[in-house]
Amino acid sequence: MTLKRRLVVDQLVKGLLWILASLLLIPLGGIIGYVFFRGIPAINWAFLTETPRPVGESGGGILNALIGTIMLVINASFVAIPLGVFTGIFLTEYPSTWWSGIVRFCIETLQGIPSIVLGIVLYVWLVVPFGHFSSFSGSIALAIMMIPIIARSTEETLKRIPHSLKEASLALGVSYPTTLFRVILPAGSNGIVTGILLSIARVSGETAPLLFTAFGNPFVSFNPAKPVESIPLLIFNYSTSPYESWQRIGWGASCLLITLTFFLTFTTKWITKKRF
Amino acid sequence: MLPPILSIESLTVSIGETSILRDISMPVFDKKITAIMGPSGCGKTTFLRCINRLHELISNTKVTGKILLNNEDLYQLNPIHVRKIVGMVFQRPNPFPTMSIYNNVLAGYVLNGISMTRQQKDFLVEQSLTSAALWNEVKDVLHRKGTFLSGGQQQRLCIARALAMHPQVLLLDEPTSALDPIATSHIEELLIELKKTVCVIMVTHNIAQASRISDSTAFLHMGELIEYDETSKMFTVPKDKRTEEYLTGKFG
Repeated sequence: MTLKRRLVVDQLVKGLLWILASLLLIPLGGIIGYVFFRGIPAINWAFLTETPRPVGESGGGILNALIGTIMLVINASFVAIPLGVFTGIFLTEYPSTWWSGIVRFCIETLQGIPSIVLGIVLYVWLVVPFGHFSSFSGSIALAIMMIPIIARSTEETLKRIPHSLKEASLALGVSYPTTLFRVILPAGSNGIVTGILLSIARVSGETAPLLFTAFGNPFVSFNPAKPVESIPLLIFNYSTSPYESWQRIGWGASCLLITLTFFLTFTTKWITKKRF
Repeated sequence: MLPPILSIESLTVSIGETSILRDISMPVFDKKITAIMGPSGCGKTTFLRCINRLHELISNTKVTGKILLNNEDLYQLNPIHVRKIVGMVFQRPNPFPTMSIYNNVLAGYVLNGISMTRQQKDFLVEQSLTSAALWNEVKDVLHRKGTFLSGGQQQRLCIARALAMHPQVLLLDEPTSALDPIATSHIEELLIELKKTVCVIMVTHNIAQASRISDSTAFLHMGELIEYDETSKMFTVPKDKRTEEYLTGKFG
């Protein structure tokens, strides 16, 4: 190859990279732009503070879905955060025992299970025996999706914490549990919190497992034993309805959900950047 | 001469199938600096870690023999207690990144849940940082994170953290190998000062360092104690041929 040809190829490859990277922005920008374009006109105070109205009446909001999603995520977090974090700690502290191999394999498998399959299994296990859909079963479905994400990010974070820190603490006569909870976990708190927020961002948009478990509810409900609405479920039901006022609310809810996810993602970015 | 503060009696260590140290016996004297030197892989660090039982972190380590501190066998005590009376400073400075300088010094107390009054804390922090020759540099920034300090300052902070526990023995594992020459000379001056109050055992890779600051030197080679003597004697008339070869740079 002559020098000139090499320089031309060099420029071509660089140009191609720029073009391909820019192409990615088209669908992304398009989706976000369109959702905001359709959604923002639907959002007002009543949208956030009222429950849906019957077909034919205008107005109404998604308070039931907003509260439902928050409740589902909070309840799921109560289950998933301790289990996920402790699994992550276990995998870091005992990286190569036969049991940690099995645990790691289970986590990877769990992460790969399609969420709709999870929904149908929990339907059989937690909905059929009790005879009704419930917020509780929905939270469990979301928790099962959160656990692998939290466990993996906790493991990845703790693995990067220098071993010397643990030794420094033990060498001062500090017990192993205190070393773990007061030296190692605080040093990795940024990464662990990041994992938790990402898992919340991930499951707050989940619809499939909730179709069979939380089911949906047109009223505000705080009872874990009763069905509950969630934003993605509401989007699914309202956007596929034939009523124009419902479709509007569906777009508004989509817009809200995207904003929520963005907020979580940017918070995560901000936390990750923050150094000790 | 006073009786030794620490006496090591036929210490033999193996990790799995690999033999690390073989039948090491030596006395260590109080208020002196004892240097442990030898080529890489000779077992210096393992030797040091056996004294505060940090080697127990490695699961399949087998230790036989005795280490007596003031005639008490360290292996009969609780390792947590051993580590309170035998302090350690590591090769790389490792202050706790989430704690301020102040709390780093007090870490041994804070983490062990020992409560102290504000005055006791202030006193201990000032005393320990002064002994570590760091007080004047950090007295106005005590509540900043320890990780903002330079490498040499961080290492002195780690020394202060170990001293705050009032250990009877201070172990140092190549404490200056990650530092520049100026920071190294600060630490060396500090160690000479420290030996007035505590027994210092230091692993070093640096022959010149051992000759500069230690009172006696142990030379380890392939897991065996080849020679142990006063530094001035060993560096002028080594008894063993291998010591002589090491000191003159023929191997290691």
